[in-house]
Amino acid sequence: MQKKRVVIIFPPHLIDQPVAYRLIKEFDLMINILRARITPREQGRLVLEITGKKAALDAGINYLKEVGVEVQPLAQDVKRHEERCTHCTACISICPTKALDIDRTRMEVSFKQDKCIACELCIPVCPYQAIEILF
Amino acid sequence: MAKTIAEINEKIKKGKAVVFTAEEIIGYVAKKGLKAAAQEVDVVTTGTFGPMCSSGAYFNVGHTKPRIKLGGGKTYINDVPVYTGFAAVDLFLGATAMPEDDPRNKIFPGKFSYGGAHIIEELVSGKDVRLTATAYGTDCYPRKSLETYISLNDMNEAVLFNMRNAYQNYNVAVNMSDRVIYTYMGVLQPKIGNANYCSAGQLSPLLNDPFYKTIGIGTRIFLGGGVGYVLGNGTQHNPGVKRTEGGVPKMPSGTLSLTGDLKMMSSKWLRGTSFTGYGVTLTVGIGIPIPILDEEILQYTMVRDEDIFAQIVDYSEAYPQCIPGSLGEVNYKQLKSGKIAVQGKEIPTAGLSSYSKAREIVQILKEWIKTGKFLLSEPVESIPSADSGIVFKPLKERPIKKKK
Repeated sequence: MQKKRVVIIFPPHLIDQPVAYRLIKEFDLMINILRARITPREQGRLVLEITGKKAALDAGINYLKEVGVEVQPLAQDVKRHEERCTHCTACISICPTKALDIDRTRMEVSFKQDKCIACELCIPVCPYQAIEILF
Repeated sequence: MAKTIAEINEKIKKGKAVVFTAEEIIGYVAKKGLKAAAQEVDVVTTGTFGPMCSSGAYFNVGHTKPRIKLGGGKTYINDVPVYTGFAAVDLFLGATAMPEDDPRNKIFPGKFSYGGAHIIEELVSGKDVRLTATAYGTDCYPRKSLETYISLNDMNEAVLFNMRNAYQNYNVAVNMSDRVIYTYMGVLQPKIGNANYCSAGQLSPLLNDPFYKTIGIGTRIFLGGGVGYVLGNGTQHNPGVKRTEGGVPKMPSGTLSLTGDLKMMSSKWLRGTSFTGYGVTLTVGIGIPIPILDEEILQYTMVRDEDIFAQIVDYSEAYPQCIPGSLGEVNYKQLKSGKIAVQGKEIPTAGLSSYSKAREIVQILKEWIKTGKFLLSEPVESIPSADSGIVFKPLKERPIKKKK
């Protein structure tokens, strides 16, 4: 079994298509929707965690690309500017997945990109504008 | 046998001073014993790196040709208003000043992503800023407008001047209301969802010298990466609050006013800071050496996180309405563990003052002293202590009568 966290972007003509349903039904994938958003110009963005056998996962992502859905790994959308972080720890208590975590001996904050679900809760909490989400 | 600052300085000059950080000293004295350690140790370094709103800087930008008198007109740096009520080209930039009508602040809760503190950080990092002004023009200062780039190097003097820094202890902020609140203590979740604290605890300068026995007017310090001085007690200095048996205040207490040459400082230790929904502030790096003149002074520097207690204050109602009282007290060991219990509920904690950066500062100052680069200064006067009778007064409003 493999797991992938991706951002998928729907062009307006696919907004009314049950794309996630097909991923589940036809490719036997487990879909966990971490975030969903439709912007005013009717572009849909979905943050998904997709789990399944490697072949099914590849086929599913191929299907998405074929129908015209853009697929990006989630990681590239979240940036932590290490040099701006002061390790004040203000972000630690808000992060729901512990992607932002603290080494309590060193009292230093670390960011584990693979745990981040791009929920953006840390953005208003960071006083140093150290986290940027290009979502 | 007691030591003097002059004797310690002699050892520093020879590169023989024995220096510990306020963290290292705890274990060292426990091992060595107070008496022997007091003989041996010369200096304990303390430090803090946290948001401190009552900070600012003054500048002399040099005279234009023809001359302009900035006072009485309007002057901005990067669209942030500065105070010019001085002679022609002296101006003061406050850390919390903000651009007028910043669109980023108009959408709830407001980002407050830029202000005076960010300008201080940019100037210190060597960047050009835009100085724009309009003036009324006089016979001796005829010019009426000015628009120019300027950097720290172009200025005659650039001085960090902070009227209240290094708070001796602070509140732990929680939110008892049922909506998210945006405060200078960060974003607070409803129904006591989290708690934010702001102190370097056992590394914090005034918590290591609780009765201000060594830190006084004229004390030379690490300030913003350069060298600065204690001007005296800061505003809202409140030494008479409740203390522990060890003398440590259990709530916000003493403060310091600090100054130093901005040109010698670094943007690593002066950081523009934005509190969503609240405003802009400056995060200041401060390091203060404590000369170990006798056993009593050494004893104070052994203070540990578990000996320092802070009050839990509701920032939805009690703080804004000035309702005294606290929801309980916790120590910094508990706060730094990441969880505390408030009214029987376990909640996550987060800091606003960076302990890891405070640790870096105490190491830098220790290195400066050990290598003879930094000498201690003798305070010319003490700052008022717990027995001074000083009371931190609220503003007593007296309605202004309209003349008939």
